[in-house]
Amino acid sequence: MSAFRKGFTDGIPIGLGYLAVSFSFGILAVAGGLNIWQATLISMTNLTSAGQFAGLTIMLSGGSLIEMIISQFIINLRYSLMSISLSQHIDESMKLPQKLFFGEFHTDEIFAVSMGRPEKLSKKYFLGIIIAPYIGWSLGTFLGAVCGEVLPPMIVSALGVALYGMFIAIVVPPMKHSWKISIVVAIAVALSLCFKFLPLLKDISSGFAIIICAVVASLFGAIVFPVEDEKKPKPNSEGGNA
Amino acid sequence: MNWLEFLTYLFVMAGVTYLIRVLPYVFMRKEVKNKFFKSFLLYVPYTVLAAMTIPAILFATDNIYSAIAGLVVAVVVALFEKGLLTVAISSCVAVLLVELVQKFIL
Repeated sequence: MSAFRKGFTDGIPIGLGYLAVSFSFGILAVAGGLNIWQATLISMTNLTSAGQFAGLTIMLSGGSLIEMIISQFIINLRYSLMSISLSQHIDESMKLPQKLFFGEFHTDEIFAVSMGRPEKLSKKYFLGIIIAPYIGWSLGTFLGAVCGEVLPPMIVSALGVALYGMFIAIVVPPMKHSWKISIVVAIAVALSLCFKFLPLLKDISSGFAIIICAVVASLFGAIVFPVEDEKKPKPNSEGGNA
Repeated sequence: MNWLEFLTYLFVMAGVTYLIRVLPYVFMRKEVKNKFFKSFLLYVPYTVLAAMTIPAILFATDNIYSAIAGLVVAVVVALFEKGLLTVAISSCVAVLLVELVQKFIL
């Protein structure tokens, strides 16, 4: 099988998964007041879930650009780490222009799948693997946004919890297996409740509230419960590092 | 939202996200070994998602009762480690059922 076809095949399950998540994002974006094209454009240019959702929250609440910058920086900082690992797992067909292009498409799932491949990856493989996820993410958002406008209100109300449901599906299982993650998440939730309901704190904009909750809880975790190694597929070759 | 305001937000949001992805990819060659920093980044996705979900999910539907049903069902199904889609659909169905009961029975 050619590298391109291999990549394309690897991308299909990711793309199907994205279709559903981005569908829920589309619903929420339109419910919040964006039009169909704006919702779709966010997905076409960002290709992140948590980052986009935080960005949407800030847009809809009329937050500041500083808030936007800090939130995207913190939430998407993990991509930097992935990019560093990936940069050691690519072959010499990847020159600067290709890196600048493919960098846009690094997501948690594409990272995990491509790092799982034993061989060094070529630009043809990357060209293949990004197709289905990109289409899935963009098309899903578009369909969700359209449905958000045409479906009856009761259905839209029910679909409004879909994205949160997916977030819960991501967060809860690791909590079950790691009391460290449970405690850190509990701190984030407790802080988040404070920012919503306590006087003074509730005047802080939602974007900053998310940032503060995440940073304080994660710092607590990193200080009190440092973790030996990331739970992600390990690269097969890590040549060249110290 | 008007397009000018939207595009300003979009430009900043997509720009920061792109730079974070691409700068280390282009310029850095060394794996990050710092345990503290790696631990911090391991926790960030979970804390961000948790802080965004609670309490926002409580206000995501028509009323707080259907939202609580959606939250509880999502957590329970997630504890059984079902996939993203199963958890999301179960949660939506719970909301819909509660709202149907409220509308037609109560």
